[in-house]
Amino acid sequence: MTGRAPEPVTAAANPPVEPLEANLGARDVVRASAMPNLPAPDRSLTEVAKLIDVSKCIGCKACQSACAEWNETHPEIGVNTGVYENPPDLSAEMFTLMRFTEYDNPDTGNFEWLIRKDGCMHCAEPGCLAACPAPGAIVKYSNGIVDFIHENCIGCGYCIIGCPFDVPRISPRDNRSYKCTLCSDRVAMGQGPACAKSCPTQAIVFGTKAAMIEHANDRIADLKSRGYANAGVYDPPGVGGTHVIYVLHHADQPSLYAGLPDDPQVAATVSAWKGANKTIGLAAMGLAAAGAVLHGLFGRANRVSAEDEVEAQALVDREREGDA
Amino acid sequence: MRRRHFSDRGDRILDRNPVRVGRYRLFTRINHWIIAASTILLLLSGLAFYWPSLFWLTALFGGGQAARWLHPILGLVLAVGYLLMFVQLVARNIPRHDDVVWVRHIRDIVDQNEDKLPTLGKYNAGQKFVFWAMAGLILLLLGTGVMIWHQAFPDLVPVPARRWAVLGHSVAAALMAMTFVLHVYAGIWTRGTLSAMTRGWVTGGWAWRHHRKWLKEVAGRRD
Repeated sequence: MTGRAPEPVTAAANPPVEPLEANLGARDVVRASAMPNLPAPDRSLTEVAKLIDVSKCIGCKACQSACAEWNETHPEIGVNTGVYENPPDLSAEMFTLMRFTEYDNPDTGNFEWLIRKDGCMHCAEPGCLAACPAPGAIVKYSNGIVDFIHENCIGCGYCIIGCPFDVPRISPRDNRSYKCTLCSDRVAMGQGPACAKSCPTQAIVFGTKAAMIEHANDRIADLKSRGYANAGVYDPPGVGGTHVIYVLHHADQPSLYAGLPDDPQVAATVSAWKGANKTIGLAAMGLAAAGAVLHGLFGRANRVSAEDEVEAQALVDREREGDA
Repeated sequence: MRRRHFSDRGDRILDRNPVRVGRYRLFTRINHWIIAASTILLLLSGLAFYWPSLFWLTALFGGGQAARWLHPILGLVLAVGYLLMFVQLVARNIPRHDDVVWVRHIRDIVDQNEDKLPTLGKYNAGQKFVFWAMAGLILLLLGTGVMIWHQAFPDLVPVPARRWAVLGHSVAAALMAMTFVLHVYAGIWTRGTLSAMTRGWVTGGWAWRHHRKWLKEVAGRRD
């Protein structure tokens, strides 16, 4: 070993050829599911992000192929249902998916083909992580990557309930949850994600979050100069920002892009379930149990007296004789 | 045969000296303990998913994956068991006017001023409350549980409905745990009750003290 892999700042560069030590791991976890008292890591990595510029995307699906190849997933061979999405949805075997929308723009009269690469957004406030009951099954690293640690996953599906973007999928094969890792294993070795590496038009780029925002702003200025007045970046504040961000020509209407949420946030039902409900519920159950134990120890038991037995016998005798 | 108001078909005077009264058949008792065991196991596995520091409870079931797999199956066992029990016991658990009077004397119940309480049939209002609360909560837990049973029904309801279901499931579960504590404690505090569900009978004194109308009707029956 000649040292630790560098923190990657691009997906374009070729990988280092010398053997290097992984530079992303358990020591960089800042949050983990069902582990509220996690100690802060002793170092902080630079936040990374993947930028998806939908205005440059040609819908070739090279990113999907690269994703399946790198992650060794095997999506089922599907059937043509008359749409371009293939496979029809994200799955435990397909972590990213091109979604195609045909849009008749009422303002310009133009027909637009909107193509969005769907997948995990790597939220700063991940709903999946908040919902997960299994300690350490979902982690967030200091560089912003949200990763599923499959050996800790119990397959309950709470991450699906928590996710504002409907991304995680449980594998029916091993009952564990899967999604885009932002190629955390590649990032650990100084490389950018496979999808970004494979993108022929550089619609997908990877780097530090600051550099990606800067790049997005350049792209937005260019789009605005070409008539896309509503071009903008999609880095939704409702989930604390994301580490996968979009450049959209219609940033005022994200939902045009195959239902990308306009204002995603961890649902109020999820916050209530994981917040007040848990505290109040556990306190109420604890008080009920403690009250019963205390009354049992210090209260007077309700005992049947000898007198009761005599009365009972008299009553039974009366009833039986009255009949005879 | 006279019409029964306060007792069930299988209730019998087993002995007259001292008096022993049959209260639950063997089938009912076995079913009760299946329900009790599944409730306890559901509570333990459910608490593991409910509170992070109780996740270790999954070790009792062979790990998180196994606990997650077993929990809904136990839920079905509980639901079927309770349905059978519901059909058997519902007739004697219909609220009556005596129950209203009994509840108004809550102070006298706790202070054991038995002479100030109305005489009762097979169940008092507290027992009827447990019966109906469990019935309602199990129904709610079954409905919401099926909605979030991912392995069996991955696409049954959309995600927002699943969020409501999981919230409702955990609220109902906490209420059921409290009803469970009430049920167990009432059975312990009221001495002489447990034998009804273990050996199937109670002493005459217990019946006279707590369920006099039931005792009178059972003693007077000739069927």
